[in-house]
Amino acid sequence: MHPAPSIILFTVLSGLGFGLMIFLGLGMPSPTGLSAFIWFAIAYILAVGGIISSTFHLGNPKNILKSFSQWRTSWLSREGCLAVATLLVMGVYGAALVFLNMRIPLLGYVGSALALATVYGTSMIYAQLKTVPRWNHPTTSVMFIAYAVSGGALLAGQVSLAVWFLPAAALLQLFIFLTADSRFSAAGSTIASATQLGNIGSVRQFEPPHTGSNYLMKEMIHVVGRKHAMKLQVISVVLLFTPVLLLLLPFSHALALVAVLAHVAGVIVARWLFFAQAEHVVGLYYDKR
Amino acid sequence: MTTLPTHTEKKLGLVIDLDTCVGCHACVVSCKGWNTENYGAPLSDQDAYGANPSGTFLNRVHSYEVQPEAGPAQLIHFPKSCLHCDDAPCVTVCPTGASYKRVEDGIVLVNEADCIGCGLCAWACPYGARELDQQEGVMKKCTLCVDRIYNENLPEEDRQPACVRTCPAGARHFGDLGDENSDVSKLVAERGGVDLMPEQGTKPVNKYLPPRLKDDYTNTGDIDILAPLLEPVAPDAKGILGWLDKALEKL
Repeated sequence: MHPAPSIILFTVLSGLGFGLMIFLGLGMPSPTGLSAFIWFAIAYILAVGGIISSTFHLGNPKNILKSFSQWRTSWLSREGCLAVATLLVMGVYGAALVFLNMRIPLLGYVGSALALATVYGTSMIYAQLKTVPRWNHPTTSVMFIAYAVSGGALLAGQVSLAVWFLPAAALLQLFIFLTADSRFSAAGSTIASATQLGNIGSVRQFEPPHTGSNYLMKEMIHVVGRKHAMKLQVISVVLLFTPVLLLLLPFSHALALVAVLAHVAGVIVARWLFFAQAEHVVGLYYDKR
Repeated sequence: MTTLPTHTEKKLGLVIDLDTCVGCHACVVSCKGWNTENYGAPLSDQDAYGANPSGTFLNRVHSYEVQPEAGPAQLIHFPKSCLHCDDAPCVTVCPTGASYKRVEDGIVLVNEADCIGCGLCAWACPYGARELDQQEGVMKKCTLCVDRIYNENLPEEDRQPACVRTCPAGARHFGDLGDENSDVSKLVAERGGVDLMPEQGTKPVNKYLPPRLKDDYTNTGDIDILAPLLEPVAPDAKGILGWLDKALEKL
């Protein structure tokens, strides 16, 4: 799949923002006044910035309000509804902390649950697609949630939790890197099943439908950069483990900043690979993966 | 509404005969023509006369080479457009309700006025039947020429999809696949019509008729029944031809 920068930024930033909200809602930390304003501003900039970034890949964004209507069947619609609900609930919860110096625990817990559900909704946009066997797997949702929770704990300064969550997320990513390559063949789609010509003999493309490229090939058959996948996987896992070591050192703000940057860089590399390595079954019709 | 109907009154669709298709691409051209000149956003081209042309098409013809274990390879032309699936994954993923499957005839359509151009339906389709038009930013797909098949302004013989009407080989058939007595259903039963990528669970309405068995020349021993008559009639040449044969052998 084409690794569109707008989608990579959206999933990474909004995941981090909603992850931070999970902890703010739980009262970890529970700031008030100006300090609360800064905490919530960081969470909102990340979450909303990610969502705005996602609109850059829309062909016809003027209809965006209609995308809240199909929550009965569409994970993309559900994710939009959950995101708005989270932002509204956390907005009220945050405003009470900033302006009234008052924490309303129930509102915070609801906001936390909604933030977690939003990240799950984001993950299901990808995990629901049977056409992309690499994504169509429970680990996709677990991975999105693991990044939100570990990145959120790191941003929220919950060091005692982060030192457990961060390596867990890194190990999960390592597990996905090691096992996901076999999912396409396990799903069973081949050029023979795509063309239903396999009972005659072995099938190969003789001639594509056109000499040039097309939308389908640009969007769903991305082979550029896959040759570096192995190196990028190592870089990603190393970056994901880096914050754990930094957190075990005596605390300083500079080290914490480096830890956050290393984590975000690791997630971005992993997310780029999430798209670039994903193979869509339509590629079979073009004898390409 | 992106909830799929539990039942459609008809299952209008295509039956494509892979034995008959000659790969002329006339269906591709007539589809592009009709759907550019009529309903909805025109099917745009990018860099049409430049070095790297591309464009939106609702129907494309692939060509495959199939190599049997014995005998020569077979070339099979393979037209592909929307299969109007009963369990269409493209419809349920749509966030705006722009994509829908009609209860009255089972046709899967996009209401372009509601589409945000997110492209998720194209991702959800295993067959590559949906293409986001790069000019208009909305999703385009086969409408089964819904503006032809019910169009009373057209002569009756033209009230079928443009690709079917134009096919010079008669490789494309249009009808109600939900009615087991329809011509298309009989054709599917007779020829063993198949679903593409059944493992994806989309339950496509369109069916593909597999190529018929080829004549097997290896059993008869001869490519041509005239071959025995072409054997040399004078294996032992005499006279001047005999001398010429020997002289050329020695060279």
